[in-house]
Amino acid sequence: MPTYRLNVNDATQDVELTEDMPLLWALRDVLGLIGTKFGCGIAACGACTVLIDGVALRSCVVPVSAVVGKAVRTIEGLADNDNLHPLQQAWIEQDVAQCGYCQAGQIMSAAALLEANPTPSDTDIDAAMAGNYCRCGTYSRIRSAIHRAAGQSTAQYVNAAGERDA
Amino acid sequence: MNDEGLLLSVRRALRDQLGNQPGINRRHFIKLAGFSGAGLVLAAASPAPLLAAQGADVAAANAATNVELNAFVEISTDGTITIYSANAEMGQGIKTALPMIIAEELGARWEDVRVVQSPINEDRYGRQFAGGSTTVNRTFDQMRQMGASAREMFISAGSLVMEVPRTELKTEDSRVVHDSGRYMTFAQLATLAAKQEVPDPEALNFKDREDYRIIGSFKSGVDNLAITTGLALFGIDAQVPDMLFAAYQKCPAIGGKVVSANLDVIRKLPGVVDAFLVEGNGDPKALLDGVAIVGNTTHAVFSAKRQLEVVWDESAASKDSWTALSAEGRTLHGKRGPHLVIDKGDVADEFSNPDNTVLDAYYEYPFVAHLCMEPMNATADYRRGEPGQKDTVELWVPHQGPVRAYEPLRELFQLESDQVTLHQMRLGGSFGRRVYTEYICEVTEISRRVGKPVKLTWTREDDIHHDFFRVGGFQSVKAAVNPQGQLVAFEDHFIGMEQDGNPVMGSRFRDNEFPIENVASAYVSQTMLGIKTPCGPWRAPGSNTNAFVTQSFLAEVAHAARRDYVEFLLEILGERRWFEEGNIRSLNTGRAADVIRKAARESGWGRELPAGRGLGLAFYFCHAAHVAEVAEVSVDADRNLTIHKITAAVDVGPIINMSGALSQVKGSIVDGLSTAMLQKITMEDGRIEQSNFNNYPVLRIPQTPQVDVHFIQSDYEPTGLGEPALPPLAPAVGNAIFAANGERLRKMPFSEAGYTLV
Repeated sequence: MPTYRLNVNDATQDVELTEDMPLLWALRDVLGLIGTKFGCGIAACGACTVLIDGVALRSCVVPVSAVVGKAVRTIEGLADNDNLHPLQQAWIEQDVAQCGYCQAGQIMSAAALLEANPTPSDTDIDAAMAGNYCRCGTYSRIRSAIHRAAGQSTAQYVNAAGERDA
Repeated sequence: MNDEGLLLSVRRALRDQLGNQPGINRRHFIKLAGFSGAGLVLAAASPAPLLAAQGADVAAANAATNVELNAFVEISTDGTITIYSANAEMGQGIKTALPMIIAEELGARWEDVRVVQSPINEDRYGRQFAGGSTTVNRTFDQMRQMGASAREMFISAGSLVMEVPRTELKTEDSRVVHDSGRYMTFAQLATLAAKQEVPDPEALNFKDREDYRIIGSFKSGVDNLAITTGLALFGIDAQVPDMLFAAYQKCPAIGGKVVSANLDVIRKLPGVVDAFLVEGNGDPKALLDGVAIVGNTTHAVFSAKRQLEVVWDESAASKDSWTALSAEGRTLHGKRGPHLVIDKGDVADEFSNPDNTVLDAYYEYPFVAHLCMEPMNATADYRRGEPGQKDTVELWVPHQGPVRAYEPLRELFQLESDQVTLHQMRLGGSFGRRVYTEYICEVTEISRRVGKPVKLTWTREDDIHHDFFRVGGFQSVKAAVNPQGQLVAFEDHFIGMEQDGNPVMGSRFRDNEFPIENVASAYVSQTMLGIKTPCGPWRAPGSNTNAFVTQSFLAEVAHAARRDYVEFLLEILGERRWFEEGNIRSLNTGRAADVIRKAARESGWGRELPAGRGLGLAFYFCHAAHVAEVAEVSVDADRNLTIHKITAAVDVGPIINMSGALSQVKGSIVDGLSTAMLQKITMEDGRIEQSNFNNYPVLRIPQTPQVDVHFIQSDYEPTGLGEPALPPLAPAVGNAIFAANGERLRKMPFSEAGYTLV
């Protein structure tokens, strides 16, 4: 088996892997980074989204050979040591997750969005996040959490009954 | 009281306590066991917790120590309050909501609470199953008792130390507070509180709703930090030392038997450790025949699985065909079925009365899949016993009620429950999917065969092909309205599906389905078509399809009678009454009318709308919840559908976690919209034709409508919200489309009629 030098979350390590192994399984089954989730295996659901050189990609179809020399960032490496990323903070404050399984992928896609567009509109969010499915239907809170992380108002998410609706 | 005085006081009190009740045989020491049937069950304490509590006295002087107040509540001398969550968390929010109930009665500061998933032990925690939107209702009193009991023990401890009567003390913000304002913290009192007599559960008082500080507030989920930072929580995250990875291939036609496979080829593939045939017991809920592949990574076994060539014996396998089923259903339209559900009044008389307006229609809904984001999986460590010792298995399972695995494990592997250790893992979605235990049986067999710990992961294709589907079906409905525009007769021929002579889960139309109890003449009959495709509970089983039919058809009837649908519904409901007083699972027409009026008012029902825009309302009662929803939509000439807003009015009694409750309603609406608009599972020659997200659509973020939720927080018993907000969504949207363009949709998904959600 060939050896690949992987840079994941600012740590470099040499790992023996079959060359066709998707990054997803190298992360989960070999490196023990189980935060990145398996959902479909065909880049259709977004659960396995990671950042590769800052670009949100579906790790279930990216072979490890394609990420050599690139910086991989997973949900485990999004926080700056003990300081949560603003998206993680917002996700908690808005209580986005229901089952939570897709949320690592959602957050990674949102991180790439905010990197490219620090003040996204709802339309921008919809466009950037359309490839990330959530079976629980947390979509409206995903929108509000991205706005919150971007420092934008979430006032429109207080519902008509005056209850904070995240 | 200064610190030194406090310490002296605590020490004196402790000495007094121990002096009065020496050893472990304190006569009145009873442990509050975690479960309640009709009332609270108390059990004599086993010596272990008591000894632990005594040990705590010594340790308390040095370090923070946890002491147990009852099965659900531990307090640390550093002030941390540990509350155990005993049931499955699948996104429905009980891991946060149930501890909130305990914390409320305890008088805890929520920030001090740490929630821990409890071990599987029904003797200690009570029933460990979550499903049917029942958990909040089933455990509300139990949770209140756990909190209140611990609170009374703190008050007893406070009374001893502060030397004041119990009646002058209360708890709030993790403190015992005297009427004078003097207080001691839970941390200070922890060890002493644990030594207090457990109060008689019958004597416990619970807070009034207006005094709630935690219940009803907006609390973020207790696992959110772990979820957002990628820590292990879910079944698929289980990691056991020396673990191997497995895939399992079953016959694409359900029930096919394995004859042979190219195992020699598979075993030589990179990363594959072993491959073997598995002979099952023919039960899709336990163990079906298949081929197991075990390897060093999930990738290795998934790759090998794609090269698998299996010879199946399909002689007894499913030959189900959706095309044939739907054709057969259509031939039954207008007829009656052989099984009578109810015959009351005289529908024939009303249908033949020339003064009445009579309408009939035929409705259809397909099978749908659960499609949990986390595919089915489980991890097993099967260990053969030393000579003379029994085998054991340790299992890490994402399941709604892991104890359900005991029976099939006994049948298949002769493992008694004391040989089985179950770990409850978080479920990456369930929606009723993870109530069967076949993936647990599969991984147990695989680990047993290879003699190592194994994580079994289903591919997405496995997950869809081998689901327990929401059953499809057909209904032929008929109604009569008298010249005054009142509903006088309702008839339904329910064409459902059966297996081995029994209706499959969710294929039912009960004699109390609305509006049967509310109309003078009703006739319901059933025809059951035999299938082999496995079916199971899918978010509001039965209700999610019956609501579509009845609420769409009643709106058709109202229209034919030139009646406003809200007025028509309120008239059918009639006077305020509760069909079975005290049983929240029976219709309460007053609560029903209230949610209908609320949804109508908040949505602006009755206002003038431009051409192509419409409002549609639907009401449904299920899972002890009264819910009305209004959809406001626009439809253009190409049937592009815009959903401007969904307004929901919901009465499930008091809300426990406002955040979770809002999430459940909104999620149900998104889910309902997904199924109403997009989703359909079909099968031909026993094979499921859909396989992954690329051919089984799910609603995405751009299609997500604005949802306004209005809770009517009545004083009835609280109940769960995982399901009941889903059923009214499809008929509300269908009725709104009719209001917008005059086209009546009688078949889900609406995409088949050319509608596109934009």
